[in-house]
Amino acid sequence: MYFTLNGKRTRIDAHPMKRLLDVLREECGLTGTKEGCGEGECGACTVLVNGLPVNACLIPLAHAARTRVTTIEGLGGRHPLQRAFVELGGAQCGICTPGMILAAVALGPRPSLDRMRTGLAGNLCRCTGYSAIYKSIRKASGSKAMRKA
Amino acid sequence: MRRAARAVGRNVLRKEGADKVTGRARYIDDLTFPGLLHARTIRSTIPAGEIAGVRCNFGTAGFTIVDARDIAGRNIVALIDDDQPCLAERAVRHVAEPILLLAHADRERLLSADVQIEYRPTTPNFDPQVSSTSFKIVRIDKGDLDAGFAAADLVVDGEYRVGHQEQLYIEPNGVIAVPEQGRGRGITVYGSMQCPYYVHRALMVLLDLPADKVRVIQTETGGGFGGKEEYPSMIAGHAALLARKAGRPVKLVYDRVEDMLATTKRHPAIIRHRTGVMRDGTLTAMEIDALFDGGAYATLSAVVLSRGMIHASGPYRCDHVCIRGNAVMTNTPPNGAFRGFGAPQTQFAVEVHMDRIAERLGMDPVRIREINALRPGDTTATGQRLGKDCSAIAVLRAAVARTDFNRRRRAVVRTASRQQPALRGIGLSLFFHGSGFTGSGEVKLASKASLALTERGARILVASTEIGQGTRTMHAQIVADTLGWPYERIEVNAADTGEVPDSGPTVASRTCMVVGRILQRCAEDMRARLGGLSPRQYLRKHGPLVITKQYEQPSDITWDDDRYRGDAYGSYGWACAVVEVEVDRDTWQASPVAFATVHDIGRVIHPILAQGQIEGGSAQGLGYALLEHVVMRDGAMANSQLTNYLIPTTRDTPAMDVVMLENPYAHGPFGAKGVGEMPIDGPAPAVINALRHAGFDLREIPATPEKIMKAQISSLKSSVTLET
Repeated sequence: MYFTLNGKRTRIDAHPMKRLLDVLREECGLTGTKEGCGEGECGACTVLVNGLPVNACLIPLAHAARTRVTTIEGLGGRHPLQRAFVELGGAQCGICTPGMILAAVALGPRPSLDRMRTGLAGNLCRCTGYSAIYKSIRKASGSKAMRKA
Repeated sequence: MRRAARAVGRNVLRKEGADKVTGRARYIDDLTFPGLLHARTIRSTIPAGEIAGVRCNFGTAGFTIVDARDIAGRNIVALIDDDQPCLAERAVRHVAEPILLLAHADRERLLSADVQIEYRPTTPNFDPQVSSTSFKIVRIDKGDLDAGFAAADLVVDGEYRVGHQEQLYIEPNGVIAVPEQGRGRGITVYGSMQCPYYVHRALMVLLDLPADKVRVIQTETGGGFGGKEEYPSMIAGHAALLARKAGRPVKLVYDRVEDMLATTKRHPAIIRHRTGVMRDGTLTAMEIDALFDGGAYATLSAVVLSRGMIHASGPYRCDHVCIRGNAVMTNTPPNGAFRGFGAPQTQFAVEVHMDRIAERLGMDPVRIREINALRPGDTTATGQRLGKDCSAIAVLRAAVARTDFNRRRRAVVRTASRQQPALRGIGLSLFFHGSGFTGSGEVKLASKASLALTERGARILVASTEIGQGTRTMHAQIVADTLGWPYERIEVNAADTGEVPDSGPTVASRTCMVVGRILQRCAEDMRARLGGLSPRQYLRKHGPLVITKQYEQPSDITWDDDRYRGDAYGSYGWACAVVEVEVDRDTWQASPVAFATVHDIGRVIHPILAQGQIEGGSAQGLGYALLEHVVMRDGAMANSQLTNYLIPTTRDTPAMDVVMLENPYAHGPFGAKGVGEMPIDGPAPAVINALRHAGFDLREIPATPEKIMKAQISSLKSSVTLET
């Protein structure tokens, strides 16, 4: 089975019903995607499938075939959201952070507060109370790199 | 070395921030070892009884199986009381008690292994009010209660109840145990945890190993909130037993359901107040009785109760006080540490009670608090005389002014009476929180911290863990400024018992104020020894330099453990929270629509980190007040999954207006006090007081829609004045 993982065409030999989460973590060695609940409630395993946020614990590999999958590793480390989450306290313990950042990427440019609250409602954070996450996203939205994207 | 711009008070970059936002940070489930086995815990399915037989209905080839007979040392989770077995032998005291451990290389085989346990059940008790087993009794006496009631114009009674609360760190508990091969037979345990030395000691006792044969290394930890204070000692024990028997590394990581079902929660409590008050609002007598449900084993109940009782009379002065607390056993999974540690329960009760007293006096909630709030020179219930670092009045006045509380309270009522019934309300709470271990606790801990000179600067060696709150960053700021070096030149060692001294547990709002101060003393000493030399010059000339200091109690602190008298804490933080709630008239769901809080935490070392503690703790407090309902059925959590145990999402969390006052503590590093726990003490009573303002008389949390609807029905029954 093939999909495009962080921009690279990738072949996976695994059971088609294996959770995408396990495929990423175990077959691909990308452990930035986290498991918080295993039932699609916490969003810690959020990845982008064709640009849309998806709980990787809920979809089997078969559903990801021939799609574009982006994980936190795919952002490279220089994405304005990553920088802003460090600077403004959007990341505390860090376990929800990869999923939260990918869900934030999917919000698109300059999201309103209401759009952030709705778009991130499936991503639980127990540390921040979310305010610092909104601030981080707002700051990243204002950055040049983000405006270009 | 170039003298640095000051780090303290600035938002320097979090030490491990880049790793956390890129996915590079390694949490326990991200690690693997050659030959790794996966593990599974077989747990009791009854709340009380005896194990009559264990049957393994599977081909056991390739499995490692461990029961209590495999324990070389003592079968206990060593902590305070030695009452909790690591694996049940015969007696079972709660559902989900661990009985048997399995390990296998293949997870599917592991999960499909069928184990049958036969029991001789006995009658369980789930009601703390009829429990005959007490883990701890605390009594605090001040003045003469009878004289206090004799001086009162009015006596107000009340009973308040709080439920369990699940810490719900997003990363579940997990460890990996790696056995040492050969004659030494030592063990290394990696894991998600707050207190590596608690785990270290528990493993020594369980495995009968000397200190140098046990090594505990904290991995990046995805939240703790108290839930990874004592439980990691249990799970580390399990993994270590399996690893030693198998001779291979063993990974034991809980899924969410198991974590919620089996691990500790906040103690539920029933708290009764009887308060004497004069017409002018002065408190004359406070009689408080508290019952904490400890669950099946003692864990940390004794110290949770202790902190709860010391905070039970709130931030108020009163000459005549009697506080009686009892933590008892029930046949439910043990309750334990959770941010706030007893204080959220008791301050919920006193703060709701204060609003009811004000109501009886026809007084507003701000006035009654202004009259009675502790001021410098006043004494607490334990007789502690407060110094200049007491800020109760300051935080109250700042919060009232900032939120325009009195005007909004009147305005909300007017708006509400035009519509009907009243669906909006605004309430506040005033609260405090002692920093560090209670009483003589810090002296007994005798924590140590070390600082090693490096070529570039210095390396911090402490057992204090980074669990999201910013330990590494904050410690490095304190050390950098004390040495006068750039923040970037200070490194922080992993919390690895093989390398760092025992700085005590990462709990009790002590990591900055207490451990930070020890590190500051190390840095002061290092600076003096260097004279004017750079680190490189010093190392060339004198060789390695490691400075270790131990906690020293400030000379002005005295405490009597037997009588519960004296200086319960070195210093207190002070805070006021204001919440506006709206109740949906169709669903009876109450939502916080505005939240503001003023916190005095002494000197703020890192404003963004400190504010993050306040916002995150407040959000947990709002969850405690309104959403987080642990449903216990037959002694087990019936909703042990995120689908139906609800924590605040973005949509449930209001915007937060946070103000930090800085009233310094003389013995804290740069004047810092504790910050981690206090924020969770105040939101719940403020929410309930706001609901009271909206016309709902509630005395219990969580204030779920069902309870709010019931409160409305009972007020309709008892009131003929309500407009319909």
